[in-house]
Amino acid sequence: MSAAIERLDDVRMDEVVLTTPVGEADLARLKLGDVVYLDGTVYTAREGVYRKVVDEGRGLPASVRALTNVNFHCSPAASVRPDGTYAVEAVTATASFRFGKSMTRWFERSGAKVIVGKAGLTELAYREWFVPHGSVYLTTIGYGMGAAYGQCIKRVREVHWLAELGIAQALWVLEVERLGPFLVEGDREGRSLFALANREIDRRLGEVYAGLPPYVMGRFGETTARTDELV
Amino acid sequence: MARRIPAKAIEDVARELMARAAIDIPADYREGVVRARDAERNRIARFVLDEMLRNWQIATAERRPMCADTGLPRYYVRVGNEASVEGGFVALEHALRKATAEATAAIPLRPNRVHPLTRKDHDNNVGVHAPEVTWAFEPGADWVDITTVHKGGLFGSDYRMLFPADGIGGIKRFVIDTLVEHGKRGLACQPAIVGIGIGGSKDTCMRLGKEAACLRTVGSRNPDPEIARLEEELTALGNYIGIGAMGFAGTSLVVATHIEIAYTHTGGLPVGIHQFCLSSRRATARVHADGRVEFRSDPGWFTDYYRREGIE
Repeated sequence: MSAAIERLDDVRMDEVVLTTPVGEADLARLKLGDVVYLDGTVYTAREGVYRKVVDEGRGLPASVRALTNVNFHCSPAASVRPDGTYAVEAVTATASFRFGKSMTRWFERSGAKVIVGKAGLTELAYREWFVPHGSVYLTTIGYGMGAAYGQCIKRVREVHWLAELGIAQALWVLEVERLGPFLVEGDREGRSLFALANREIDRRLGEVYAGLPPYVMGRFGETTARTDELV
Repeated sequence: MARRIPAKAIEDVARELMARAAIDIPADYREGVVRARDAERNRIARFVLDEMLRNWQIATAERRPMCADTGLPRYYVRVGNEASVEGGFVALEHALRKATAEATAAIPLRPNRVHPLTRKDHDNNVGVHAPEVTWAFEPGADWVDITTVHKGGLFGSDYRMLFPADGIGGIKRFVIDTLVEHGKRGLACQPAIVGIGIGGSKDTCMRLGKEAACLRTVGSRNPDPEIARLEEELTALGNYIGIGAMGFAGTSLVVATHIEIAYTHTGGLPVGIHQFCLSSRRATARVHADGRVEFRSDPGWFTDYYRREGIE
């Protein structure tokens, strides 16, 4: 077992290539900040698919569930060509915190073990919703790595719910080769790489605001503590 | 009688602009990110910036969109006072809508535009008030300048009514609040060009902040020396916060700060802030009366006439 990661400086950024469906042993080995590439198959699912599966109780298509356990919070820059084939040139993640409250039922119904997305979730969210299902979270880089990730798509295997949900919200099943890099943001113990970063950032915030006057007129808001997680 | 610019020429140019904006990162912003990368000491933030530079190379080499969230495509059109378009300006607006729909399928762009309540998607980025077209004029010219901007729409912007008693200190506080709020976890996809609109009405400061972020090149300064100094001060302050690319601790949060002002209510100091992200996408072309087309990277939006202060 490697040393505990308590600060950003402890992160080793080891490179890991995972094959889908990602197995138990591989999931358990991932450390915060590992640089991950994916071989195999991933599928996109965001608001539209979550509404179907989580809210309406529709099953994830069986073929998808059998192929992979990697859910990309993403919609592609894609189009349907006149001959009916698909052009998927770029993929980029969307912010994942919005799906937080759906994750328990999502994991139960989809069998997903790896979520790839943007910005991660809080450590509290990981402990409540990810850890009980043994799931991990990978964050995309940048976040606009659309072309670099798009290059790793070898073909579109299937598209589900295209007519009902539209191109941006449909479930796209993508065959990928060395899709990445991603960073391990949420590990199996529910720790978050961003939470580590935030703790380091928060230490200086008091100094940054020093000398600035309070606002003349306040606003209602959910928090005034600048160290609080907002997602 | 001045020659009329064919509407078809506008449509062809708009389609080309959509592709250039989606695919090719503007050089001024890329160079700003290279400088941020060189100054960045945090290893993970540097890794992120190196990967983004690689991403832009792939986008340009393979003609792929740099980011799959191709934002909300929109246009800024400056019309010379003597310019004339075949079919009039209604034909020009139609050409922009048609080019948007066709480019969405051809490039492809992500069809992001949906009805806000039903979530209906035409799969072509066209709908009610979509794409937005902002108009401005220029004296003594017979050309039409068209700029398209593809900007993500969810994180990084805020508006606040401050008051004269808040002063520069209040503006700084609001800027830091916004940068921290959307900088953690990299929600704003920084390092960004921060555009700040100060004054005017509520909508004016939001519009000016967006134009300052999206339509001025990195390295440009506000012509008012005091405002230019504030731009530099806010860039330094933003990079002192301690947040780097993608929310990792570091110094690469702000590539540039652009401030634009408008005369405002005597009792108010409204401020609008926008952040143009790691996919700062814009492209500009001038269509001349004789049909010549010149593409360029600087939108040249903030002309002396646009910032005029007197009656003329």
